[in-house]
Amino acid sequence: MADLSIDMRALVKCHGATLAVDHVSLQITRGEFFSLLGPSGAGKTSLLRMLAGFETPDAGDILIDGRSMAGVPPNRRPVNLVFQSYALFPHMTVAENVAFGLEMQRLPRGEIAKRVGATLDLVQLQDKRDRVPDRLSGGEQQRVALARALVNRPAVVLLDEPLAALDQQLRQQMQAELKTIQAQVGLTFVCVTHHQEEALALSDRLAVMQQGRVMQVGRPEDLYEHPENLFVARFVGVSNEVSGTLVDVQAGEGTLLPSDVSVSRGIRVSVPAGLQSGAQAVMTVRPERVRIAPGHVADAGLNCLHGVVETMQYIGSEWQGAVRIGPSVRWTIRASNAASGSRPVAIGAPVSLQWNASDGVVLPVI
Amino acid sequence: MNHSPPSIASSPSGRSCSKSSGLLLPGLLWTTVFCLLPIAVVLAVSLATRGTYGGVLWEFSLDNYRDLLHPLYGRIFGQSLLLAGAATGLCLVLGFPLAYYIARLPPRRQALWLVLIMIPFWTNFLVRTYAWMFILRTEGLLNTVLIQLHLISAPLDLLYSNQAVLLGLVYGYLPFMVLPLYAAIERIDPALIEAAWDLYADRWSLFRRVLIPLTKPGIVAGCVLVFIPSLGAYLTPDLLGGARSMMVGNLIQHEYLVARDWPLGSALSIVLMLIVMSSLLWYFAAQPPQARERGEP
Amino acid sequence: MRGQGIWLRGISGLGMAFLYLPIIVLVVFSLNASRLSAAWQGFSWHWYGVLWQDEALLAAAANSLWIAALSTSLAVLLGLPAAMGLERLKGHGRQVVDMIFLLPLVLPEVMMGVALLLFFVVIHWPLSLATVVVGHAAFNLPIVVVMVRARLQKLDPRLEEAASDLGASAWQTFYRVTWPLVRPAVLGAALLAFTISLDDFIVTFFVAGPGATTLPLKVYSMIKSGLSPEINALSSVLVLSSMGLVGLSLIFQRR
Repeated sequence: MADLSIDMRALVKCHGATLAVDHVSLQITRGEFFSLLGPSGAGKTSLLRMLAGFETPDAGDILIDGRSMAGVPPNRRPVNLVFQSYALFPHMTVAENVAFGLEMQRLPRGEIAKRVGATLDLVQLQDKRDRVPDRLSGGEQQRVALARALVNRPAVVLLDEPLAALDQQLRQQMQAELKTIQAQVGLTFVCVTHHQEEALALSDRLAVMQQGRVMQVGRPEDLYEHPENLFVARFVGVSNEVSGTLVDVQAGEGTLLPSDVSVSRGIRVSVPAGLQSGAQAVMTVRPERVRIAPGHVADAGLNCLHGVVETMQYIGSEWQGAVRIGPSVRWTIRASNAASGSRPVAIGAPVSLQWNASDGVVLPVI
Repeated sequence: MNHSPPSIASSPSGRSCSKSSGLLLPGLLWTTVFCLLPIAVVLAVSLATRGTYGGVLWEFSLDNYRDLLHPLYGRIFGQSLLLAGAATGLCLVLGFPLAYYIARLPPRRQALWLVLIMIPFWTNFLVRTYAWMFILRTEGLLNTVLIQLHLISAPLDLLYSNQAVLLGLVYGYLPFMVLPLYAAIERIDPALIEAAWDLYADRWSLFRRVLIPLTKPGIVAGCVLVFIPSLGAYLTPDLLGGARSMMVGNLIQHEYLVARDWPLGSALSIVLMLIVMSSLLWYFAAQPPQARERGEP
Repeated sequence: MRGQGIWLRGISGLGMAFLYLPIIVLVVFSLNASRLSAAWQGFSWHWYGVLWQDEALLAAAANSLWIAALSTSLAVLLGLPAAMGLERLKGHGRQVVDMIFLLPLVLPEVMMGVALLLFFVVIHWPLSLATVVVGHAAFNLPIVVVMVRARLQKLDPRLEEAASDLGASAWQTFYRVTWPLVRPAVLGAALLAFTISLDDFIVTFFVAGPGATTLPLKVYSMIKSGLSPEINALSSVLVLSSMGLVGLSLIFQRR
């Protein structure tokens, strides 16, 4: 790749006996909004702290703008971190907090004032510049933390769970704001989060991590539509699954004979390269691709499973429910509320679940 | 806070008030009789006159305070302030890194180090001062060792000097500095230190721009806690100091028990107390407002 | 970062050594056979034996223990209710009472000694063992108040409300709820007060009457009449006993 901002090469980090980061290599392009998504303990925070310089890799190297960061302390790195707790200096005003990094770099006073003003305009905090952080709301504190990093125009802005401390409504508003600001300043953003919706909404590309390893890297739609493994399928979005044996595999098409649900005929699926007839596999399909029809019916063109409605909840914009299709298999289903507020199917009612063969993704068993 | 109408609130709060005063009274009385009253007596005597044979004549006069302006007393006060100030400064310089180091240890080791800091603090002060006499005197351990190592040929005069007094004060009161500093540093969110570092601060800027402002209440507390007992020190200058190392505490003792000039000794005590109280005001002014208002309902 | 670590560790190690070396030296040399020099001349328990035969010293030790025990008891009996009363007090009264209780802690010791001496003389109370006990109780009281209050402040005030809601009288609430919860703090405070009383020199120096010589007074007069290995032995005994008491106090507070 031509315009690399960050190049991580086979990074390894151990915390005691556990391998927190296990040979991670990632390339991040300049100006990209890149997220590291994963459950807690996935190693994403370790990775971020290694980028910032607070932790030293046990092996591997990090290049930022082509320069190796080995042995470079945090205060000499062209990166700035937006801390999860914001870490705003409580004894300084908003403007003083934002000016801190520039003062440390010994920029001329006039330049500092100009850049602080411009950045406060960008995050719309000009009127709060003389407040101390304790007197600000959560969202405002978040913006100060962001401004404090942006003002230095670093090669990379690192964000550690940037929206985790905000409540749901503010979180969505800040999400949009963050994206807009990133587009305006054009800096590389690297964001750590365990919140998958947030990661999908914000990122140009993201890496899903688990147990120190990168499970998949790609654009949000790649990860959601074409997960490469069950972990990604389950962690990014909701995964409705049946497992079984593949048969009749031919030219990327095949049939899955389920082992955990009873079905009159096999499920037709597209089969990725590498899976042969006789292989154990799991088919996963997203809830919004599953149609729910009352009664046990069949449709020639679609895959179909029969089940019984266990729960059905009204959440305003839609109905969400669970349908039992086998002794140990339950699928999540969604029904649009576009038509009326009436309950689409009753609890305990027999239903048919139907979906296009091309909407199912077949993955090897973990 | 829940503001209930006074008519309802009056009876239970009135009862709890009388109950609390019943519990408080004996202790309060004791402190009043054996601390406040004695101070009042000292104040009264400081305004009286010395009798011919050492007693107190109850004639009002400010002469005792006027006498304090004598250069001899001024010198001793000045020397006391200087020694106490130097001891405070040295304790701060030594105590800050020590407190910082402890505050950054893993919790279990923190507890161990804190206990180690506290043990000397509760160990007999007289004995600890004596230990330095044993080490520093002409035939003491340090001279013996240095002579045996052929580093010096004749013993050094280490004991009975201002330096020895300073050493004794720092030694005696270092824990008073470390403990509040530790408490203040330990409270700092480690992310703040990382943030400063991430924002290009070097070690000195981190210290000056972040650590010092954030630990100011602890620094002031530590300084006051070292300065007050250092200023009023009696044993340290008495045992480690030379003829010229007298401090206010020794002067007061001298006026009372040797010269038997009680009014003058009392005036000295009152001035010492006023200095102590003013340094306490500084302490209260430096504490964060929440802590100060905590006692309010 | 690593450089700073070494630098910090170095200073901290030096600080610790500075605090402990004199004490260690003292204890080690109390076991030195030599009478005169600070040079090591062989191991001996001799000086501890000498201490044990010194009648005046044993009397002083007995005095010290009595004074410490009595003044600590007084401080606890007055301080525990006072701490509870202070917690219930509201408004400006609390701040004023707070100040009064803290006064003995911040007063220079010499001032405290002088003031008590003058007071006893003025009210014609002859100096004796009793005046020492009273004086020690005066500075031990705030220690108990401060430590017990620190514990009370951490208690949930709803516990007492819950007890009375469940029908407990004021005394039952104290005995069944409050006391078990503050007991570790009270024991810890008592042990510290005991230690401080044992160690006190200055206040005792001013208010001790004839026959009320305590161990620190004895050590002081021994030091003033010339250094001898006996002082090392006696000092070691004092150091080790205060360390033991502090250890006990910490154990109680941890529980």
